[in-house]
Amino acid sequence: MAEAVKCRDDVFLHAEKITKIYPGTKALDEVSFDLLKGKVNVLIGENGAGKSTLMKMIAGIEQPSSGEMYIGDREVHFKDTTEARNNGIGIIHQDLSLFPNMNVYQNIYMNKEKTGGKVILNDKQHIEGAKNILERLEHPMDVNTRVGALRVGQQQMIEIARNLVDDDLKVLIMDEPTSSLSEQEVKILFKIMRELTSKGLSIVYISHRLEEIMEIGDHVTILRDGKYVADADVKDISVPWIVERMTGGEKNYPRRNRTVDWDKAETVMEVRDLCLPKPGGGYLVNHVSFELKKGEVLGIYGLLGAGRSEIFECIMGLRPEHTGEIILNGQNIEVKNISKQIDNGFALIPEDRQAMGLVQTLDIEKNTSLSALKKYVKGIFVDSKKEGEMVDREIKDIHIKVADKKLPILSLSGGNQQKVVIGKGILTEPKILLMDEPSRGIDIGAKTEVFEIINKYAEEGLSIIVISSELEEIVAIADRVMVLSNGIKTGEFKGEEVQKDTLVLASYQGHHNEDKEN
Amino acid sequence: MEKKSSSNNKLIMTLLNGRTFIVLVILMIYFSFAANNFMTVSSLLSVAKHVALYGILAIGMTYVIITGGIDLSVGSVAGLAGMLAGGFIQEGFTIKAAGVTVYFSVPMVVFITILLGALMGALNGIIITKFNVAPFIATLGTMYIWRGFANIRSNGATYSSIAGYEGLGNTGFEFFGTSIAGTPIPCGVVILVVIAVCAGVVLKKTPFGWHVLAIGGNERAAVLSGIKADKVKIWVYAFSGFCSAVVGIIATSQLMSGSPKTGESWEMNAIAASVLGGTSMAGGIGNIGGTIVGAFVIGVINDGMTMCGVTEFYQKVIRGIVIILAVIIDQVQRNLQAKRALQARNENK
Repeated sequence: MAEAVKCRDDVFLHAEKITKIYPGTKALDEVSFDLLKGKVNVLIGENGAGKSTLMKMIAGIEQPSSGEMYIGDREVHFKDTTEARNNGIGIIHQDLSLFPNMNVYQNIYMNKEKTGGKVILNDKQHIEGAKNILERLEHPMDVNTRVGALRVGQQQMIEIARNLVDDDLKVLIMDEPTSSLSEQEVKILFKIMRELTSKGLSIVYISHRLEEIMEIGDHVTILRDGKYVADADVKDISVPWIVERMTGGEKNYPRRNRTVDWDKAETVMEVRDLCLPKPGGGYLVNHVSFELKKGEVLGIYGLLGAGRSEIFECIMGLRPEHTGEIILNGQNIEVKNISKQIDNGFALIPEDRQAMGLVQTLDIEKNTSLSALKKYVKGIFVDSKKEGEMVDREIKDIHIKVADKKLPILSLSGGNQQKVVIGKGILTEPKILLMDEPSRGIDIGAKTEVFEIINKYAEEGLSIIVISSELEEIVAIADRVMVLSNGIKTGEFKGEEVQKDTLVLASYQGHHNEDKEN
Repeated sequence: MEKKSSSNNKLIMTLLNGRTFIVLVILMIYFSFAANNFMTVSSLLSVAKHVALYGILAIGMTYVIITGGIDLSVGSVAGLAGMLAGGFIQEGFTIKAAGVTVYFSVPMVVFITILLGALMGALNGIIITKFNVAPFIATLGTMYIWRGFANIRSNGATYSSIAGYEGLGNTGFEFFGTSIAGTPIPCGVVILVVIAVCAGVVLKKTPFGWHVLAIGGNERAAVLSGIKADKVKIWVYAFSGFCSAVVGIIATSQLMSGSPKTGESWEMNAIAASVLGGTSMAGGIGNIGGTIVGAFVIGVINDGMTMCGVTEFYQKVIRGIVIILAVIIDQVQRNLQAKRALQARNENK
């Protein structure tokens, strides 16, 4: 039996039933994976499907909870990146892992230093080598430049160059290497990838750009929710085939059934030409316009980094550098700061409950009343009685299960903590509620309750914008869905048009327009 | 028009880069007029003697700050090192079990003291890396501990007869506090130069130096590159302890008495010198040359003001203002640099 799990001839590394458990979640569930020799192996899946996690195991950044890996007929364990590298495996990280305070050649040769007599660095050799490798990448530059001063695309090239200085490199894992490259740079990268594979090097390629995968990939493996779904040669498949397997056909929340003629409904807010520049060039939010009706639930769908949360940050006044108009009830408002925006009738339920939603050292009552505290002031003091009454009412309204509102906030379950954050927003009596991933990290029961809260307040006339990465969720909850991709609005769907497949397709489209902007 | 503004920019950058040095020159000129005996060989040598102490501490501190840490214990380690060295010479080292007292020769005393200093530093590093304690807290703790031991060693008393005894073969400790034979140059200054050159070369020219800078720039990336960040940091704190012990020996030798109070609040001078020299408290940026200039600025301000008759109270106010101004200018420079980088980027397109 043991023979069966060892590598086939055309496989460089075989991962067998890899499971990775993080506290509370199973990021990978018995995933087996063959890394084909001399090929571009593509990994694809939604956010949180486990692509990056699987690669971290292979690159030695993290260790599997269970499962084995084989190179040839030898079982391998990588306890750190050095061991993986000794086996010829290098990785280009999703988030750049460079040293902004150091120059180009220092970055390229970090921990691979060439020395004279093992003591003094041979900078001449470093400079020479760095120049050569950058020329090969068709990116000649002054190797004495500090990396922090470079464009993100150039930094990405340096990240690639760092891996190529190893002569014994056998596998190069690239986790979304093109996310910040221009079209020209992508072309060069693909050329280099072809060069490398023709020399027998294996590449693992993670990307969100489906068209790119069809162009460069040899073999595709699809993951969903930490599980293996399918794998196939690229020549045998098509984009719709991939999308179908990425989304899967399973569980659906009951769809909302509202018969409102939205064309006749009053427009509460209109956003025109919203732009948020990215430090280092380009846009995080790229000329986005949309409107919001009274009592409507507008969903915003998109991949990580598509600019979803940034839209909320602009609206709430956290990003003073944004441009564009925000028109509230027909009035063009100037977005100054968050406190002013709360007064204007906006409330934000932030994405990260622990870091941005709650003050862990305060009790449940104080957390609930925090944003609306202004309303309960008598002279210079807080009117505790009024505060208590309002909090009690809110707790009842949205069914927060608490024994005593004076208990610490962390004594509540995740779902109830989330309800406190929502309650805090609603207590400010907003006209527009912005919810960023309101159901993240809470169990299915609490999720349903959060949906009920959203429905209840929407029926009462509150306009709500919901950001979600979960397709089922957004399809179920939203009256209308706007899709963002790479900061660009790539689609808007309402009623029956809101389908999982259409949303996913739209969420990959923004990457091809960006170069026109640059 | 474009050209002019960019060459103006360049001039400003050059001035900003050399700002600490310019400040030093201005201070020297000012004090040479304000205090008429400032520009004499003897008072300059006395300034240099003080600078050697801050300077050596600041070199170790610069390494620590570059890794993104801080070492508040340097003054206490210097104090304890002085007490250990003084004690070894005056009282010897008593092994209770054997009932004998050993008197080490001066080189041996110095060696043991410095080794212990380095170990004290390494302990900081171990607490910080292995037990995940913030550097500020870890070294605040050891600052109190070593100061306590410095007092415990002599029960608060001062070792005043550390010239050694001919018969015991442990004379010669005054060497470190006096001038090199035949020259007016204080020994401390020579030690400062030697340590500064070594530390500068290691930082710029060896893999270890790269790793120190890398950890300060992006520790996670350093670890992912296979750098053993914990080990590097322990060595860096050990080096800071080493520097502190050296300073303890020089200071004790200069006064020819070991006081448990030696080095109190010197950590602040070391941090100030480091920051004045362009070391970024956020880590990743710093160089030894700048730190030495920074140490001279601190030393010249302190001694110059004393010679002008400015009281200790006002000295503190002025020192504080200088440090804050230095950091503000640092921020201005960084913003300018970022702007220039952006400009260059746009021009390249």
